[in-house]
Amino acid sequence: MGVDLDQLSFSIDGTRILRNVSASLPTGSVTGLLGPNGAGKSTLLRLIAGIDKADTGAVSLDGASVGSLPRREAARRIALLEQNAAPSVELTVLDVVLLGRIPHRTRLMGSFGGEDDRAVAFSALKTVGAAALAERSWQTLSGGQQQRVQIARAMAQQPSLLLLDEPTNHLDVSAQLSLLGQVRELEVTAIMALHDLNLAAAYCDHILLLDGGRLVATGTPDEVLTPEIIGEVYGVDCFVLPHPRGGHPVIVYSAATSKGNS
Amino acid sequence: MTRSRYLGWLLAATVTLILGCGVAVTIGPAAVSLGQVAGSIGAHLGLATEPVPILIDSIVWQLRLPRVLTAALVGAGLALSGAVMQSVTRNPLADPYLLGLSSGASVGAVCVVILGIGFFLPAAAFAGALLALVATLSIARVGGTITPVRAVLAGLAIAQLAGALTSFIIFWAAKGDSYREILNWLLGSVAGATWQSVTIAATAVAVVGTGILLSATRLDAFAFGDTAAASLGINVNRTRWALLGSVALLTGAMVAVSGSIGFVGLILPHLVRGVSGPGHRRLLPLVAVCGALFLVIADTLARTVFDPRELPVGIITAFIGVPVFILLIKRKKSHLWA
Repeated sequence: MGVDLDQLSFSIDGTRILRNVSASLPTGSVTGLLGPNGAGKSTLLRLIAGIDKADTGAVSLDGASVGSLPRREAARRIALLEQNAAPSVELTVLDVVLLGRIPHRTRLMGSFGGEDDRAVAFSALKTVGAAALAERSWQTLSGGQQQRVQIARAMAQQPSLLLLDEPTNHLDVSAQLSLLGQVRELEVTAIMALHDLNLAAAYCDHILLLDGGRLVATGTPDEVLTPEIIGEVYGVDCFVLPHPRGGHPVIVYSAATSKGNS
Repeated sequence: MTRSRYLGWLLAATVTLILGCGVAVTIGPAAVSLGQVAGSIGAHLGLATEPVPILIDSIVWQLRLPRVLTAALVGAGLALSGAVMQSVTRNPLADPYLLGLSSGASVGAVCVVILGIGFFLPAAAFAGALLALVATLSIARVGGTITPVRAVLAGLAIAQLAGALTSFIIFWAAKGDSYREILNWLLGSVAGATWQSVTIAATAVAVVGTGILLSATRLDAFAFGDTAAASLGINVNRTRWALLGSVALLTGAMVAVSGSIGFVGLILPHLVRGVSGPGHRRLLPLVAVCGALFLVIADTLARTVFDPRELPVGIITAFIGVPVFILLIKRKKSHLWA
């Protein structure tokens, strides 16, 4: 599903969070949403998901405006994973993944956990390599397993667009790599907010770099992740080298000689 | 749990409830047999059954049956309210009592009793419950989100305020009959239940209960919070207010016929979740039946343990509910109960 952002602006209580963000992302691409804390990454994801409405501008999926879709329709096309989501009741892994079927149920009498739903849920768990966890209680999973199950929940939603807000937060290195590897293998358009520039460089086709609510750079990792742009946005001094095997950019930071912040 | 095992539980609970109601009607100062209970009910429903002595018939039909049925319906209504409140506010402590709903309903009830217009009692109790709910949630709501802790704190404040208002009204205006009537509400009792109470409670449970059952999937979607619910296609604000408004209506009706009976709405959902799992399509029917059974038992205890004196059933539910709640605290290891 191709995603077009057209001049998006958004403010909360008079504070501008996003200003005139425009971008166009092709079907099946994986896009990294980068920027310092408070740049507006999470807000942009919520606007794309249609959970918040932009003050001006529009998000369209394959030409159809997200704002004009009923919530349920939007939920059948777009899945959003928040940061650090935790349930308020004790759920099994299968319960969590079955939540993803909600937008697909008939409104009144859709049976909870019907056979079709369970089949979709199990195949989603298999996709993320978590089928063995199905009966486990969510609370007993490690952080990496929880994120995996969240992805399975999103996949059970059968979206064409997957939005992830800092999916690698709190994960160890191996869990980070395997999670992002999995996202790459899914047959969806994905947009994820990331803090780690090296992960973005290794796993994303496109980069959107936000700073203070403005889109300051966009393009391939090679085009965006240059010492000049990184220095300007993050206020750090760095070198960018080609990865010895993949050839994608690797960012090496200078020790904290810079006081940061432009 | 498999579907058939769940249905087995539901069936067993329902049969126990029906039998329990029958047995509860036989218990009391005048000896009545199960057969006589069936006979009396059959006669009033126009079935050809063994004739029952007039006195027995009026004890069953006029006194005990309305009371037992009211207890069952109120138990079901309170347990459903509690289950919905816990899910919508994402708070394991939420129940109609804690968020100020029943205190608000009591203020409304006391007002109309004092004014001598008891006819409006259900409406007044509902208005009181709704006002308390709006007040609690608007205090708890900061920047568009309601956190569980804030909801409890705000509910506590509103419950205290409503309690003070009730005391104030009683202090200035109540005398004699109205005083006793009011005390009944505050302690929670179905002693005065009539067929009118049964009608009110049954209508509320049937209408609101159906609406809640049809929202089961939407309730599930709240498990991971508002944003997750929205991303699963739920219109969060509309759903939340519709559900909480329904619960206020249900609680108002329950308080109108029985006063403030605590702990049913708090405890039952937790106990039943252990059996049914967290999915509301399974939780809600079972919690309603179990709530009904629980209150029928509690009310039977209330009128027999200290025979011939009768305890308000709210005291019994608290005596049973507190130890159960303590057990739950001890057993639950999840962060939700930290």
